[in-house]
Formats: sequence, C-alpha cells, structure tokens
Amino acid sequence: MAEATVRKARPKHLNLMQIRLPLPGFVSILHRISGIGLFLCLPVLIALFGASLGTPEQLECYRQAMAFTLLGLPVVKLLLLGLLWAYLHHFCAGIRFLLLDMHIGIELAPARASAMAVLVISLSLTAFLGVLTW
Amino acid sequence: MVKRLVVGAHYGFRDWLVQRVTGTVMAFFTVYMLVRIAALPAWDNAAWRALMSGGFTKFVTFLFALSLFFHAWIGVRDIWMDYVKPISVRLTLHAITLLALTGYAGWVAQILWRL
Repeated sequence: MAEATVRKARPKHLNLMQIRLPLPGFVSILHRISGIGLFLCLPVLIALFGASLGTPEQLECYRQAMAFTLLGLPVVKLLLLGLLWAYLHHFCAGIRFLLLDMHIGIELAPARASAMAVLVISLSLTAFLGVLTW
Repeated sequence: MVKRLVVGAHYGFRDWLVQRVTGTVMAFFTVYMLVRIAALPAWDNAAWRALMSGGFTKFVTFLFALSLFFHAWIGVRDIWMDYVKPISVRLTLHAITLLALTGYAGWVAQILWRL
C-alpha cells in the first residue's frame, strides 16, 4: 500500500469563543449547566421545602426568605426563578434526549427544530409559571 | 499485578439506563404534582400542607427525591470525570457528592414523615 495522502494542515479552533455551537449543541451544554446549577442549589431547595412544611417558626423563616431583598432586588425569588428555568430546561431537553434515544427525530432538520422547541417551550413555561407563582 | 481504575466510566450501560429510568420517574412526578397543585382548593399554606401530608403524596415525593439523587449522582460524577483530571481531587469530589446526596435523602425523609 503505497498510497501517499498529503495531509493538509487544518486550522484547529478549540477556542471556546471561536467555536460556533449548533443549536442542538447549545441545548446540550445548557442541559449540563442547568443540571450542575440545580445540584449546587439542592440544599437551598430542600431547606425552603422543609421550612414551607415546618413549624410556625420555620414557616416564618420561609416567608422572610421569600421577602428577602438585596439592593432592592428580591434575590431569593430571582434565584428560584432561575432554578425554575433550569428545571424546565432540564425537563424539556431530557424528554428530547429520550426521544432521540428511541430514534425519533434524529435527522438533522427535526433535531434542530426540536432543539429550538426545547428552548422556546422551557422559556415560555418559565415565564408562565413565574408570573403565576411570583 | 492487576491495574485497577479507582475512578472512571467502567459501568456505562447500567448508568445510562438508570439515568433514563430516573428521569422518566421524575418527569411523571412533575406532571402529577403540577396537576395536584393546580387542583388545590386554595393556594395557601394550609392547602399545601394538606397535599403533602397525604400518604400517597409522601410516597411518590420520596421516590422522586431518590430518583433525583441517583440521577444527580450519575450526572455530577460525569461532570467531574470530564473536567477534573487529577485522581485524588476527582475521588474526593466523588466522595463529597455521594455523602451530600445521601445526607439530602435523609433530610427529605425527615421533612416528609414529620408531617
């Protein structure tokens, strides 16, 4: 086998700022970011869940946490709004991954469309549930 | 001498499956709870407490919590494996993650069965 293939020196773009992520890749990395965010905030979420179902003193703590503001911003509520988005994104993207596992929508066009749907649906649901529960 | 891996992805298929089963359990629970909350007579603390005091709700909430912690263990471990290369640091992070999640499971059980 004397096949001489001349390899062209291709440019490597491993700079994260230079890589243009396709939409499904964007959904995928957001799945990871939302997951780690939810994991890191688990103690806060469990504490608030417990306080909402606890003794009258704990319930008072829960109400104070909800009303807590920093520089005029309701930071606890804003954090919860962010985590609501993280949960909903993880939920929608997770269902998309389950469908892909079942070979549903694996062609390029449907995969792109479903990635867009995940972004739109999770943001819309966040806005809807956020307004409803604020 | 056998070369053993202290940490690493040598349990691929089982964890892949666990991730999907726990994810499905959580998805069904999410929809179920949204329906139950939407159907509450009022959105106040008394109604919330009454909902969470139900035996079935406690049972499925605890199943959700266990699914969540198992799911989080696999997901977070994969993240450590992707980004943390020194084995000592990685093993420490794995241990901390497992200990935290085990503690959370006890914490949630205590919140639920105090009601």
